[in-house]
Amino acid sequence: MFLHALQEHFGFISKDAVEWTASKLGLQPINVHELVTFYPMFRQEPLGRHQIKVCRTLSCALAGAHQVRTFFCKRVGLDPHKHGPQTTSDGHYTVEFVECLASCGTAPVVMVNETFHEQVTVEKAEQILAGCRAT
Amino acid sequence: MPLAATLVEKIRIQIDGRDVEVPKMMPDWQGKLQPTTMLQACQQAGVEIPHYCYHPKLPIAGNCRMCLVEFGTPMMGPDRKPILNEDGTPKIAKSVLPYEPGTPRGAIGCATAISPGMEIYPNSPATKQMREAVLESLLINHPLDCPICDQAGECKLQEYSMQHGQATSRFVEAKVHKPKQVDLGPRIMLDDERCILCSRCVRFTRDIAGDDALGFVNRGSYNTLAAFPGREFDNNYTLNTVDICPVGALTSKDFRFQMRVWFLRETKSLCTSCGTGCNVVVSSREEKVYRLEPRENDAVNSSWMCDAGRLNYKWIGREDRLTRLGGSRLKACTWTGGAREVAEGLRTARPGTVAIIASARQTNEELYWLKKIATRLGAESDSIPRVGEGDRLLVSADKNPNSNGARLTGICGPLLGMKLAGIADGIRSGSIRTLIVFGEDVTRHGISAEMLQRLDLLVVSDILPNQTTRLAHYLLPGCAPAEKMGSFVNVNGRLQKFLKALEPREDARPEIEFLMELLGLLGAPQPARSVEGSFNQMAKEIPALAGLTWSSLGDTGATVQI
Ligand code: SF4
Ligand code: SF4
Ligand code: FES
Ligand code: FES
Repeated sequence: MFLHALQEHFGFISKDAVEWTASKLGLQPINVHELVTFYPMFRQEPLGRHQIKVCRTLSCALAGAHQVRTFFCKRVGLDPHKHGPQTTSDGHYTVEFVECLASCGTAPVVMVNETFHEQVTVEKAEQILAGCRAT
Repeated sequence: MPLAATLVEKIRIQIDGRDVEVPKMMPDWQGKLQPTTMLQACQQAGVEIPHYCYHPKLPIAGNCRMCLVEFGTPMMGPDRKPILNEDGTPKIAKSVLPYEPGTPRGAIGCATAISPGMEIYPNSPATKQMREAVLESLLINHPLDCPICDQAGECKLQEYSMQHGQATSRFVEAKVHKPKQVDLGPRIMLDDERCILCSRCVRFTRDIAGDDALGFVNRGSYNTLAAFPGREFDNNYTLNTVDICPVGALTSKDFRFQMRVWFLRETKSLCTSCGTGCNVVVSSREEKVYRLEPRENDAVNSSWMCDAGRLNYKWIGREDRLTRLGGSRLKACTWTGGAREVAEGLRTARPGTVAIIASARQTNEELYWLKKIATRLGAESDSIPRVGEGDRLLVSADKNPNSNGARLTGICGPLLGMKLAGIADGIRSGSIRTLIVFGEDVTRHGISAEMLQRLDLLVVSDILPNQTTRLAHYLLPGCAPAEKMGSFVNVNGRLQKFLKALEPREDARPEIEFLMELLGLLGAPQPARSVEGSFNQMAKEIPALAGLTWSSLGDTGATVQI
């Protein structure tokens, strides 16, 4: 609850927030840090303005999710070989893999902020980025 | 073992087809009695079950799965009576997967309690297969950098791979990479790729050292041992994690890349940095100490030692060690000649004009002979107290390793240093003309250099130079504890012996040798010829040591009444 509230307020959970939480709970910061790093929904860094979530669970993986993520990474200047969420230095984009977005029938699926994109091909991905640039 | 443990009920089980009786309950990491586990039962029967995360002195975590074994339990009828085979033996239900009764299902030996009639199969094909699978999974992302790993030669991953693993790898995918050379704290370096996530270090620092500093971050393949970013792993016990880490993940910055472990010679010894006297193993090669590690002794230090004591060995190799017979009056150039000159000087001293100051860092045997010399010369004697800070785990506030030995041998009274002021006065007034000093710089304890210069005779033995050794008429170079053998009595009355790891340097000799020689030259009968003999003779004379012999001390010593 604490951590969710902190994340909602600040957009991410900073090192200071972890230490503060730990002191409130009578724990050592490492205990809270373990938890924050365990759950992908807890963010340790501020996210980009456009948060591109590519599903990599089975259906999407089979339908080309990896190519889609690689495409996004390359186009916005991120390292496709790196693990975990990455954000561009200008703070525009965050690209990451997520687990099933519950639209397996229309794989591969991508969510940009709250908008859903289905059957994403490389061409479609290009359009999505164009849309992001326009806003 | 506590008395209760020897009285507990035994139960019969079968291990590898062999009937054994093992205690129903055994001490856990805190010494409390708990139901005996399969792993403990096998240990009792002399069968080793491979394990990583289990450590007898830490709470059980059961996370590595290395200790999986196949087992079976007697089948029970509806009447709760065992169902028997035709030959009258009980029918055994082997553990199997519930949804796949043909497949054996192991249980972790470290956390599964035994029950009467249980059968454990530590060498069955199913058990072997489980071990192979666990090892294979542990090695998937392991960097296999044994050639440059400090743990190589004493690594459980290597040992178990050899005993229980497969010769070839089936893994063709890319390995996951994790942080390497992580500077965890001032004394510890971590290689996360080597870590097998057993959590021994996490539990040690949380449950034993009381510093909840380590944990696992991220998850899945990227699970990583870490301290909180920006916080140092720095308490006085951190190096114990290096000892208990079953692999080469945690390394000591001090020992890192210094020596391949298989070249090291190990000697059972004691830490001399405080009055606790933690049992240690000294690892040396070619007369150089490379590391100290704790040696288990439940009456003293369990399996641990403090970092400060562990790293306090470098002075042994100092360049300025006293290694030459010396002193301003020495004429001879051999020990025999030197001892004769000293004896000559002492013989002419009038009784009552001699004082002896002997450090409580000297061994019992040395102090015993020094006391004999004191009696013979009618000399006053004392030791010097050394007080510092203690902690709640091991470190004692008494920084002398042998204050109790000094008391027992009578070289000092119940309070160390009570007679120092009197001795100083005696020197000042001229009533004390001869001073014998063993292992202390008395100029820092109320007897100034100027006072020392007034003496007729100043005989000093030490290992490092100081103001007192510089003024000595006769300077007798002695040995660091690692260079001799002897015994100490710790703050709780534990009498323990230590053995010699290194040869003395150049002229230096174990003090006991020249003390016995000197005593002989002074005309005293001296039947003992060795450290062992000295101890045995001393034990006959000092009531608190009655009945003890050098050999009866064993590796872990005996407790005596102080
Ligand atoms: S660093 Fe060593 S002791 Fe700690 S979890 Fe990893 S393997 Fe276990
Ligand atoms: S507690 Fe004392 S005896 Fe034990 S290792 Fe530390 S200094 Fe040495
Ligand atoms: S697998 Fe991608 S939405 Fe379910
Ligand atoms: S020793 Fe690790 S699970 Fe038993």
